[in-house]
Amino acid sequence: MRQIAIYGKGGIGKSTTTQNLVAGLAEAGKKVMIIGCDPKADSTRLILHAKSQTTVMDLARERGSVEDLELGDVLQIGYRGIRCAESGGPEPGVGCAGRGVITAINFLEENGAYGNDLDFIFYDVLGDVVCGGFAMPIREKKAQEIYIVTSGEMMAMYAANNICKGILKYAMSGGVRLGGLICNSRKVDKELELIAALADKLGTQLIHFVPRDNVVQRAELKRMTVIEYEPGAEQAEEYRQLARKISENKNFVVPTPLTMDELEELLITYGFMDAEEVKAS
Amino acid sequence: MKTAEFVQDLLKKYPEKTAKKRAGHITVKETTTDETGASSCSSCAVKSNAKSIPGVMTARGCAYAGSKGVVWGPIRDMVHLSHGPVGCGYYSWSTRRNLAQGTPGVDNFVPFQFTSDYQERDIVYGGAQRLEMIGREIRSLFPLAKGISIQSECPVGLIGDDIEASAKKMREELDIDVIPVRCEGFRGVSQSLGHHIANDAIRDHVLGKGTLPDAGPYDVAIIGDYNIGGDAWASRKIIEEMGLRVVSMWSGDGQLETMKVTHLSKLNLIHCYRSMNYIARHMEEAYGIPWMEYNFFGPTKIEASIRAIAKRFDATIQANAEKVIAKHRAEMDAVIAKYRARLDGKSVMLYVGGLRPRHVIGAYEDLGMQITGTGYEFGHADDYQRTLPLVKDGTVIYDDATEHEMEELVKHLKPDLVGAGIKEKYVFQKMGVPFRQMHSWDYSGPYHGYEGFPIFARDMDMAINSPTWKLVKDPFAA
Repeated sequence: MRQIAIYGKGGIGKSTTTQNLVAGLAEAGKKVMIIGCDPKADSTRLILHAKSQTTVMDLARERGSVEDLELGDVLQIGYRGIRCAESGGPEPGVGCAGRGVITAINFLEENGAYGNDLDFIFYDVLGDVVCGGFAMPIREKKAQEIYIVTSGEMMAMYAANNICKGILKYAMSGGVRLGGLICNSRKVDKELELIAALADKLGTQLIHFVPRDNVVQRAELKRMTVIEYEPGAEQAEEYRQLARKISENKNFVVPTPLTMDELEELLITYGFMDAEEVKAS
Repeated sequence: MKTAEFVQDLLKKYPEKTAKKRAGHITVKETTTDETGASSCSSCAVKSNAKSIPGVMTARGCAYAGSKGVVWGPIRDMVHLSHGPVGCGYYSWSTRRNLAQGTPGVDNFVPFQFTSDYQERDIVYGGAQRLEMIGREIRSLFPLAKGISIQSECPVGLIGDDIEASAKKMREELDIDVIPVRCEGFRGVSQSLGHHIANDAIRDHVLGKGTLPDAGPYDVAIIGDYNIGGDAWASRKIIEEMGLRVVSMWSGDGQLETMKVTHLSKLNLIHCYRSMNYIARHMEEAYGIPWMEYNFFGPTKIEASIRAIAKRFDATIQANAEKVIAKHRAEMDAVIAKYRARLDGKSVMLYVGGLRPRHVIGAYEDLGMQITGTGYEFGHADDYQRTLPLVKDGTVIYDDATEHEMEELVKHLKPDLVGAGIKEKYVFQKMGVPFRQMHSWDYSGPYHGYEGFPIFARDMDMAINSPTWKLVKDPFAA
């Protein structure tokens, strides 16, 4: 069983990418589980065809404590038998969402949600690693592989680099390794070259370049992955490729994060900053 | 070995970094006189109010202990809610002997322990709803409670609960005072910051809210007497005998309604400077109320304090003051006559909290005893400035003393009595050194005022001259 955590800047398409690639793995006969580690609880919507109504924390709150829950209450089965669970948590501005993630993952683990028959567990983690709670999935005996979803936009790359700094910390104390960058294209100039170069600087690989295609949005409106909504689409093939590459990946590294200067230099090298500056003047 | 050398030796046991840090916190008083006859004390500076060094077994508490345990806890007609998981409230329950009038559970809540008992879901979702529910329960179960103070434990601050908003909502709904106190334990280096935070909460939510229709020229407030074993009552008697009217006394046996009129007092009498100087200074600045410290331990200091207080008033009060002193003189002389013979020349090492490391010195001296070492758990520079003039050369002063330092100093100075807290008590008793708890008075008291001194003298005699010590045999002796 491989445990994989997906990180990346907020809004970059982590949940969409994760669910589509998981659908690709399921289609190939793999047994997969997704654990949403985000109080918004939208990491499994495309697999379940609905937003999860029973998150671990919401149900624990309703019943009193997490000890009052049964695994069956929070584990749901979606497209092609994919198991889904959401940590849940408070609305923005109150409480401690990070603690919610810790509590939920501990509950799932202690109650045997991670059956031996699983091939993959995916943790889809909220935006940035703002506190210890959101690093829970990469602590000891949990995800040992991380993929970072990014695009050629500066802030997405900046976030990817920051996440690498976090991985570095946990790589030193445990066994977590970076498996690669997934570029979820925003059609930025020279995006492929830019992310390939960033991956190179980080000591990892650009595992797959997912092009932008409106079919993703159409499928999302139907609460489905592209693979389920339009199996013959070119984009579905892209996700299958990503799934296959992750499945076959053997390239796991301790990342080498960049300094801010190095990151900016990279952007200048690929003409991105220059182009922006020209536009601005 | 000379004491100064011994202190240097003591520090050598530490790792280099620790030794360097601790060196500033221990000193031996030594005054020098130059050719012009002016004396100076180069050893009188003591570092204080700094972070404790891990591993040395500090006796300090946290900000929550300072606010809930010291300042707010003794106010009798309020419910003080330990807001957070159950441990902080449970383990701080009844740890100080703050006596209070009233019927427990009806109009006196000091003997009780209230906690919001945070669960995992309160951490994840925030504790606002639970807090409001508790407020309603308190209102219906204890209708005579005048208010609720919310004493924040660490998790409340960590998750950023908006207890100020909850308190405001509860005030409107419950129609009683609900006071949020941000005294999370991780703030500051000791309980001292908790005192300050608690003072600020009193300033913001209590002071200035009451009226005093029959205000008079002799109105005073007693602030910072926590009524350990009835201390505040003994002190109040003296103030009242002088012809002054105590319009407010807190927080020992304190009441919320009278706290609200403190700003209308003519003079604020501060017992524990460390924990209440902030509010005294605030009232001086905001309401122009003068304040002064006083010391009611032992007849010498009592008489000096009575005269100093009387000086702030007219001839009537000053005449009363002399009458009070004269009235009690014989009784005090009798106490001294009885106990001085048994205690003369005995030495004492102290290690206490807010004011006692200096305030009790006079009382011991009245009994012919001398202080050979004293120090504060959480004092500041101003406490040491007030202490050093009171001790003789050769006295060891220690700030935030470690267990190693206390043990070694006791072995070196061989005091006849150690006065400290429960954490120290059994260490020294097992070493065969007589001990008195100088935080709680060892289930005794009061020690303040004319009423307290005979009890103080008796207790010290009992500890030092107990025949028990002669019966203890050293099992390791050859």
